[in-house]
Amino acid sequence: MASGDALHLRSAVALLGSFPALAGATLDVDRGEVVLLTGANGAGKTTLLRVGAGLLGVISGEVGVLGHDLTANRRAVRRYVGFLGQGGGLYEDLTVTDNLRFAVRAVGGDTAAVGPALARLGLEGRLARAQVSRLSTGQRRRTALAILAARSPALWLLDEPHAGLDAEGRDLLDGLIREAAAVGATVVLASHELERATAVADRSLVMAGGVVLEAAATAAGGQGNVPEGAVHVA
Amino acid sequence: MWRDAALVAGKDLRIEWRSRVATNQVAPFALLVLILFAFALDDNPGVLTQAAAGLYWVAVLFSGLLAVQRSSAIEAADGARDHLRLSGLDPAGIFLGKAGAVAAQLLALEVLLAAGIVILYNASIGGVVLVVLTNILATAGLAAAGTLYGSLAAGLKVRETLLPLLLLPVAAPLLLAATEAWQAALGSHPGDGTEWVNLLAVFAIIYLTFGVLAFGSLLEES
Repeated sequence: MASGDALHLRSAVALLGSFPALAGATLDVDRGEVVLLTGANGAGKTTLLRVGAGLLGVISGEVGVLGHDLTANRRAVRRYVGFLGQGGGLYEDLTVTDNLRFAVRAVGGDTAAVGPALARLGLEGRLARAQVSRLSTGQRRRTALAILAARSPALWLLDEPHAGLDAEGRDLLDGLIREAAAVGATVVLASHELERATAVADRSLVMAGGVVLEAAATAAGGQGNVPEGAVHVA
Repeated sequence: MWRDAALVAGKDLRIEWRSRVATNQVAPFALLVLILFAFALDDNPGVLTQAAAGLYWVAVLFSGLLAVQRSSAIEAADGARDHLRLSGLDPAGIFLGKAGAVAAQLLALEVLLAAGIVILYNASIGGVVLVVLTNILATAGLAAAGTLYGSLAAGLKVRETLLPLLLLPVAAPLLLAATEAWQAALGSHPGDGTEWVNLLAVFAIIYLTFGVLAFGSLLEES
């Protein structure tokens, strides 16, 4: 397996307006890895995840996702990438089930996965038929996670996934991440919930000023899983 | 592309069905516009009948603006636009689906407004085929232009006020041609409306083609 074959950035620079939110970030993530990005607000974590999802282009450097060059075609891998940002991408007036069915159909998936995903996130029964606008913040977050579970993307990009979830929801999320990695999916998450996120991650990277600074040991994997050349020391 | 268009149109129409915005807000607004015109021109019923075609299409245009803004706002909430982009759906399919959903709502509204001008303005529709063709083509053009400009304005903070400024000038040729065609249909010579219908067909094809080609870039940049 090639190093960084799930997500690969080399000196990637991305602008938000005229501000370089990514200022030469370098990162390699292998398939099946769970990688935690930490760092202060504004460090570039969200931008890195959006670049990885192909939602934001880079003005210089290299970006590869699942073997595709995103500098040439940002849309190439979107169907295989699951992105959970601060918004869950839910339609307020649709029911939980309708949201899942649309998301799964949109990527050409099998809607048979919707029922098990709802059950996995504790959204079956009355909640499955509820309009999203009537859900609590935590239930919305679970719905967004259920979409990811139903889609089963090859690369999960999660931005503060624990936010808004209660203890049970956080446990479900951690279980979901472990299950995804167990079947070969790659997970990159940005989180300030270090204790929880570190426990599920194979390795942890610190970001600051738009670059990936250093690796830190984690409970699940430790530094031994860091691929050679994966870390850019600014 | 067509599968993606059907999926997106079905989603947007389901959202409208559940939210009831079209039936509880847009349709009453359109009827209110017709009624206000009737009050304003009450002193001279003959003028009201003569101006029925123009007033009808002005009411359709105002209601169309609301439908387009609503269609655009659906994708602006909760990061839905990002997820639509991530779905990998064909941008041309997304455009046709969203325009199709707007067009379906507008056509239903136009039937209601047509009944309104018959009752309120004492107008009689002579050329039914001409009216049906005019409405289908004008609605296709309006929905296509509206969806395109709605996407263009979507990423801007001033989108609610910017959209009418962008869309109304582009919709003016449609308004003119549709009004002339309706004028012919309401009069005794429906055949006079043929050239206006042809013009509407040209506009509809131009707006739809441009939308299919340009929507992907707009979606990426908005």
